[in-house]
Amino acid sequence: MKSRILMFVFAYVVWCILCWVPDTQHLIAGAVVALIVAAIMGSMFVTRPHMLFNPIRIFYFLFWYIPIFIWELIRANFDVAYRVIHPSMPIKPGIVRLKTELKSDTGLTFLANSITLTPGTLTVDINKDDGILYIHWINVVGSDPETTYREIGSRFEPMLKKIFEEDVVK
Amino acid sequence: MIDIIGMVFIGTGLAFDVLGCLGLVRLPDVYNRLQAATKCVTLGTCSILFGTFLMTGGFTPTGFKALIAIVFLVLASPVAAHAISRGAHRAGIKLWDKSVVDSYAEDNEGEK
Repeated sequence: MKSRILMFVFAYVVWCILCWVPDTQHLIAGAVVALIVAAIMGSMFVTRPHMLFNPIRIFYFLFWYIPIFIWELIRANFDVAYRVIHPSMPIKPGIVRLKTELKSDTGLTFLANSITLTPGTLTVDINKDDGILYIHWINVVGSDPETTYREIGSRFEPMLKKIFEEDVVK
Repeated sequence: MIDIIGMVFIGTGLAFDVLGCLGLVRLPDVYNRLQAATKCVTLGTCSILFGTFLMTGGFTPTGFKALIAIVFLVLASPVAAHAISRGAHRAGIKLWDKSVVDSYAEDNEGEK
């Protein structure tokens, strides 16, 4: 139920921003649409509501994860640009395994998305039971677990563990 | 002044979009092409949208829509790339001849 209410509020706010400046007509239509969305999708939105409003997690997310993410995104673009422009195309692609300790769906989604948008890597599939991500790497340095963790996982996994996993931050 | 900054953002975004499309043509197989397409086109388009946000005068109706579009683009584009690459691999599309290693195929041999 908590999740449905949150979904309603979220959908309503996004609707209001999309038809800024809101008037009566928009507000009523938005309420109807948000109710329908909350009724259909509400149960999937947040599975652990108590974690969404934890100030430490929000602080880590806004001031630690997002700046590093934007910096890595810009680096990734120059990396791809260099490989595309270079006449001989210095690529050495392959699919490697990355072992992860994250368990929650949100954490794994954010890890996969971050890996896709950072230099030279693209998540192909996740094996949730064994905690393995299959990653297409444009410039394979080595395929043993230590190398892949050092080169790919170590940038994001520790901080995502703090933000999304239970019992790490009280 | 703010117009010039907005123009710089739009120009950078266009440059990255062009590089992404160039990568789409030059790189050898579907996975490498997705790398260029997701990274460059995401940042390029976000940069264009942010330039639009600045040039339309900040928090106006258009500016708000541009900001919301940035958030949804950053969330949705990697997921799309993930779905396409997984689907391609499952459909049996081979990696480039000079690829070094394919652990995914090794682990999924029994399923085919």
